[in-house]
Formats: sequence, structure tokens, C-alpha cells
Amino acid sequence: MNDQAPLAVQAGDLPDLYRSGQAKRRRARRNRILSYLAGIVVAAWIAATGDWATIRAKYFDLGDMREAFPDVVTIGVKNTVIYTLGAFLGGVVIGVAMMLLKRSEIRPYRWFATTYIEIFRGLPALLTILIVVFLTPIALGWQFPVVLGVDSGGTIALALVAGAYLAETLRAGIEGVPRGQVEAARSLGMTQATTTRVIVMPQAFRLVIPPLTNELVLLLKDTSLLAFVGTTTTTVELTQFGRNAFNDDFNGSVMILAGIMYLIITIPLTQLVAHLERRNKARR
Amino acid sequence: MSTPAIELRGLRKSFGTNEVLKGIDLAVAPKHVVCLIGASGSGKSTLLRCINRLEEPTGGHVLIDGIDITHPDCDLDLVRRDIGMVFQQFNLFPHLTALGNVTLAQRKVLRRSEAEAEQVARQVLDRVGLAEKADSYPSQLSGGQQQRVAIARALAMNPKMMLFDEATSALDPELVGDVLDVMRQLASEGMTMVVVTHEMGFARRVADHVVFMDQGVVCEQGPPEQVLGDPQTPRLQQFLEQVLEH
Repeated sequence: MNDQAPLAVQAGDLPDLYRSGQAKRRRARRNRILSYLAGIVVAAWIAATGDWATIRAKYFDLGDMREAFPDVVTIGVKNTVIYTLGAFLGGVVIGVAMMLLKRSEIRPYRWFATTYIEIFRGLPALLTILIVVFLTPIALGWQFPVVLGVDSGGTIALALVAGAYLAETLRAGIEGVPRGQVEAARSLGMTQATTTRVIVMPQAFRLVIPPLTNELVLLLKDTSLLAFVGTTTTTVELTQFGRNAFNDDFNGSVMILAGIMYLIITIPLTQLVAHLERRNKARR
Repeated sequence: MSTPAIELRGLRKSFGTNEVLKGIDLAVAPKHVVCLIGASGSGKSTLLRCINRLEEPTGGHVLIDGIDITHPDCDLDLVRRDIGMVFQQFNLFPHLTALGNVTLAQRKVLRRSEAEAEQVARQVLDRVGLAEKADSYPSQLSGGQQQRVAIARALAMNPKMMLFDEATSALDPELVGDVLDVMRQLASEGMTMVVVTHEMGFARRVADHVVFMDQGVVCEQGPPEQVLGDPQTPRLQQFLEQVLEH
């Protein structure tokens, strides 16, 4: 190769060896067209064979949906939001406590926190709810009172579960603040407490807001598990509200409406998380 | 002879079974600049971090102005006010502006009023040549500028001495000069300084005393022209060859 005279190569020329790029480009285009076609075929098949009158009547009966107002909001959405916020606040309190215990230098404190976190993250949330709501009143002879218009047993059960997850989220936030930040603050003579308050907390807070919002969305959806524990007509959450309507007339429209209600709350929250994560990334 | 600003007596530090400092004796006279040199892993950064007890010594004593700060009852928060420290990774507070970085400890530790802290901050920022960057966040500054803000942050506490832990090692080569200039300026004003560095030129020109560390012990020490110009031990000769080749 070296003893040949260099070829005069012009821009726009391409040796044959490299021309396989054309075939790859064509294949990618063909695959894209095929996938579009497949989608169109499936959609056409569903449109042609579906019993649209029944589907509309059973899933999207606007009259049924309209009838569900205002209760679907004033009872269903309201209770779901109260269960969610109650469990979230309780979960944050438990989570902060467990996070502090887990970061403690005293070993039994750490053991206690680890045990708690592993148990409530390891159990299915539904089982925890059943144990707390059904078993506790029987075992202890104690009834959970209605608080803020909802069953406090359900709120407490969800808070116990949320606390375990939040403990780990908060710990990740605190430990996400680089060690050098603490060292710089301490080297300036700041006390441990001041360092935590003015250096660690503000930075950890910014780090945990997106995952914390995610936990809030998960918790909101988990309140639907309370449909299993027989809430009353005034303490009912959104999923059970839809199911009750279904049981009345075997029409699923109110369940669909309940689904729309969930999405109205969750989609803005997940969009907010995406926005905050983008912003945090840009700052780093 | 006056009391040394910093005195280490039989200083030891182990991480688990790994003994990083094996009994260091060292004295730093007031207003002197001491440069610590040595290969990475030789223990020089650990030694520096033991001086303000960011790293807890496992044995021996650290005396600051004749006061044993390794005494269990010693209030480190008081001691550290007087010892400025500059880190390899700057460690500026990213959620605060340059001005915020420089005023925070003044207000929280020295209880200076906001107005006084700001006045001092603008003064020290001017000293490091960054008066016009007061309102910038660390992410908006170059590495060299960040490091100079970090120096200003330490200076604002009116420290009696300064510790520099590889202050220029994380900088792009063209930004090293500005930071070294500030350090040289400080040295000429009579600041007591302990400088862990790979900048042999700085050590040669600015240091009063150069300490070569190797495997957790002080291998050679003395005036820069002696240590850097006429190395006695094969270890130091080898180290200087490797450093100066580049």
C-alpha cells in the first residue's frame, strides 16, 4: 500500500468497501414502513370487528358518568387525596426517623431501622393493609376512628409502607451530597448542626424532590388497594367508588371516569418530576 | 525560639490495617511556607488533613500555636476558625453565589452582621482578583476562578494559617498560574502556609522549607535549594527525576 502513489480522492467519492452503508439505511427505512403498516392493520382490524355500540354503552356512557358527579369528585377524589396526603405526611415522619436511625453511629438503632425498612418494603402493600385494618381491631379490640372523613386504619397502613420507602429515598438524598461539602463547612469552623442545616439539607432537598414526587404518585395509586378493606360510602376512595357504581348496574363507565381522575392528578406530577430532573441535571 | 505555628509530634494515622502516617515529627514556624511533596499515597494529604483534624489521628499530638488540639476536650470548631483550608476539588457550596460562599461562615461562625460580612467578602474577592464575580454561582466559574473563590472563603475568616491540599491538581494547565499567583501573594504577606503540591517550581521559589514524604514517613526535609537541588536519598532522587521529566 505504501509503495503505491496516493490516489487523488475527491470529496463525494466513496470506496466500494464502505458502500454497505446504503444497504443499512434502506433496511432501516423498510423496517420503519413495515412497523407502521403493522400498526395500521391492527387498528383497522379492531375498528372493523369491535362491537362499538356495546363498548360505548358499557365503557363510555356519558350519562352514567355525568350522574357520578359531583360525588366522584367530592367523595372519590377527595378521599383519595386525603388518604394519599395523610399517608405521605405520616410516611415522611416515619421516613425521616428511620433515615436518622439508619445513619446513627449506634448499632442497635441501625438494626432497628434496617429491620423496619426491610419488613415493610418486603411485604406486599396489600398484605400490610389487610393486617393493619382487619387484624388490629380483632387482636387489640380497638377500632380505627374516622379522621378527616377517611378511615385512619388505611392511612396508617399506607404510611407504614411509605415510611420504609421514603427512609431510603431521604438517605440517598443526604448521602448524595458530596463529602467535600461537609469537610469544607467543618474546616471553616461550622458546627455539625449548622453544617447539616445550611449546607447538607438545602442540597439534599433539591436532590430528593424528584424521587419524593415519584413516591407521592406511587402512593396515590396504592390508595386503590384500600378498595379491598371495605370502606363505607363516605370514606370510600376513588377505585372502590368506581367499582361500587359498576356493581349497581354492571356498567364500567364510572370506573373509566375514575381512571381519568387518577390521570388528571398523576400526569402533571410525573411531568413535574421530568422537568425537575432535567433542571437538576443542567445544574450539575 | 518562638512557639511553632504548627507542631506535629509522633503523628500516626491508620485506615484499618493500613498505616498511612508512621510517626511524623514536624514543626512549622510562624509566617513560614512549608511545601509537602511526595508520590501519591505517600501520606502528605492525610498529614495535612490531620492538622485541622478533618482526619482523626490514631496517635501522636497536633499542636497549634502551642495548644494541643488532639486533647479530647478540645473544641475543634474554635480551632478550625483560625485554620483556613483549600481543597483539590474546591468544594464551593453550589447552591450559593461566590459572595454567599464567602459570607456564610462569617455570619454563622463569627456572627458578623450581614453588612460586615459582605464588606469583608468583597475585600477578599478583590484580593483574589474576582471582585466582579461576586454574584456568579460556582457552576458559572472556571476551575481556577472557583479555587480562588475557595481561597477567598478561607481568607474571610482571618485565619492565622492556611492549608492547601493539592489546590492546583484539578485545574486545566492554563488556569494553574492564577491560583499560584494568589498563593505566592499570600506567602509574601506573611501567611503561615502548609502546601501539599506537585508544583516543584512553586516549592522552589516560595517555600521556606520543603518536606519530602515517602511511605508515611518524612524522608528528607530542609530549605528548597537543598532538598530539591541536592537530594540525598535514592527515593527523593528518583521522585524528582520522575516529576521533572515532564
